[in-house]
Amino acid sequence: MVRVLVPSGALGLNYDAVALQRGIAAKPDIIAIDGGSTDSGPAYLGRGMSKYARSSTKVEWAGLMQARADAGCPLVIGTAGTCGADSAVDWMLDITREIAAEQGRPVKVAVLRSSQHPAEMAQAFTQGRVTPLPNAPDVDAALIESCSNIVALAGAEQITEALNTGADIIIAGRTTDTAIIAALPLQRGCHAGGAWHGAKIGECGALCATNPQSGVILIDFDAEGFTVTPLADGAKATPHTVSAHMLYENSDPFILHEPGGYLDVSKAKYQPLNDTSVRVTGSEWVPSERYTVKLEGARGAGFQTVTMALLRDERYVQNAQIWADDIVGKCSAKVVDRLHLKSDAFSIEIRLLGHSASFGMLETKQITPTEICAMGIVTAKSEGLSQEIAKLLNPYLLHHPLTQEEEVPTFAFLFSPPEMPRGEVFEFTLNHVLQLENPMDAFTLEVHEIG
Amino acid sequence: MKLARLGDIVQKVRSKNAGPFWLTIDIFCGDSDVYDQVVNTLSTRQVAQVFDVATQEIKRFDIADLNVVKFSLPRPFIQGARMDRDIHGASWAALLAESELSP
Repeated sequence: MVRVLVPSGALGLNYDAVALQRGIAAKPDIIAIDGGSTDSGPAYLGRGMSKYARSSTKVEWAGLMQARADAGCPLVIGTAGTCGADSAVDWMLDITREIAAEQGRPVKVAVLRSSQHPAEMAQAFTQGRVTPLPNAPDVDAALIESCSNIVALAGAEQITEALNTGADIIIAGRTTDTAIIAALPLQRGCHAGGAWHGAKIGECGALCATNPQSGVILIDFDAEGFTVTPLADGAKATPHTVSAHMLYENSDPFILHEPGGYLDVSKAKYQPLNDTSVRVTGSEWVPSERYTVKLEGARGAGFQTVTMALLRDERYVQNAQIWADDIVGKCSAKVVDRLHLKSDAFSIEIRLLGHSASFGMLETKQITPTEICAMGIVTAKSEGLSQEIAKLLNPYLLHHPLTQEEEVPTFAFLFSPPEMPRGEVFEFTLNHVLQLENPMDAFTLEVHEIG
Repeated sequence: MKLARLGDIVQKVRSKNAGPFWLTIDIFCGDSDVYDQVVNTLSTRQVAQVFDVATQEIKRFDIADLNVVKFSLPRPFIQGARMDRDIHGASWAALLAESELSP
C-alpha cells in the first residue's frame, strides 16, 4: 500500500493545519501538492511567473517542509510557480533555499525542468513530431518559435526519475496535475487504473469531499484500487462527491489522457467504507503505443491600454451599443489617418459593462440598466502605441454625441489620467502533443543540496 | 404558458474551462425525475444555439448515476485571447441556465 497526503488543491490556496497534522500522524509515504495550472490564463506562462503572492507561497511551503521533516517522507510539488516554466521553478527553488536556511535543516532537492526551446519545438513541428489535439489553433514553425515560453507536461515517468534521486523535496516544472500523486503508487506496483484515478480525484484536494475549502486529504493506493479520506473536521467523502469530481475541469468525465496512455473510469465502482472514506475499484489504465507529452505555449499578443467612462444619462444608456459602435468606427479611422497604421495593426474594442460585457453578441437579456461602464480596450504592437491610440480614444469617451444636432455630452471618468497601461498581453498558442523516444528526452533533472 | 427555465428546475448549472481550448458545462439535476426531464427536453442542438457553435462539435454525456447532464464544447474564444470575456469560463453557465426548456 502507498499512502499519499495531499495538503491542498494548490500551493497558495492555504490548507487546514489541524488536518495536516492528522495527515502527518497517519505516516504518509509522500506529500504531494499541485503548484499551478493554465486556469488563470496565458499571462503566467507568457511571463514565466507565479500567480500567487511570494509571501503566501513561502508561509505555506515552510509548513509543508516542516510536515515533510516530521513525516520523514518526500515532498513533491508539480507545476511549480503556476506555469512550471524554468523561471517559475527557479523562483520556487529560491523560496525553498530561504526556508531551509531559516529552518536550519539541510535538504536534498531534485529539480525537474519542463521548459522547451521554442526553436527546437519549431523544428520538431517541421519534422512532424508535434501534432495537434482537438480544437488546436493553427500554428506554423514561425509562430511556435515566437513563443516566450513553451513547457511540456511531465507524467509519472519523469516524477519517478526524480524520486529515484532519493531527494527530500522535488520541485517539478510543468507536470500533469495527476502525475505527482500517481508516480509513487505506480512505481511500487499499485493498480495502474487506481493510481491514475485516485490521482485525478485527489488533484484538487478536498474538492472531492464536503467542506471542500479544508484542502487536506489522504489517498491509500493498493493492488485493486484506492481509498480517499478527507482529514478536516466535518469533511466527508461520499460516492457522489468522489465520482462527481471526475466532471471537474474535464471535457470527458470517463477518459483522462496522460503521458503513456489513458485512464478509463467508465466501469469504476464507488463504495462508502464508513462515514468519511470512499473506496474505488474497477478503473482501467490503457497504455498507448507511442509516448507523447502535451505542450503548452504562450506568446506575446501586443500591448494593451484600458480606459473607461460611465454612462448614466438614460438615453445614452439605452443606446449604448450604437454609441460604442460609432466610436469604434470613427476612432479606428482616425488612428489609420493620424498614425498611418494599417487597420489590422491595432484594435479598439468597447465593452459595455453592465450591458453585454459577459457574453457579447450571445447576450439574450435586453434590459436597460441604470448605468453602464464603457470600457475601451486598445491593443497594439508597443506600449507607446497602445497609449497613443487610447489617447485618441479619450475625446470620444468624454464627449461623443449620439447625433450631430444635440449639445455635446460629457461622460463621467473615474481617473486622471484615464488610460491604464496593462503592459504586454499573451495568448495560448499550442494544443499539441510532442512525441518522445524516451520520457526524459524533453526534461532535465538536477539535484541540489541546500540549507 | 410560460416555459420553465433550465436553471429554475435543476440544482446547479456550472461551467468551467477544461484547459484553454474547451469549455465544459455540468448540469446537476438533483434527482432522477428532473434528470429525465432535462434529458428529454434539452437538446444538444439547443445548447449549440445558445453558444453559437456547430451541434456536431458538442460532446454530450448523460450520466444517470449522478443525475448529471454534461456538455463540452470548443471555447467561444481561446482562454485569455483578446476577445475572450471570461478567463475561467465560469460565467457561461448563466446563458444556459437562463434558456427555456421545450414543453
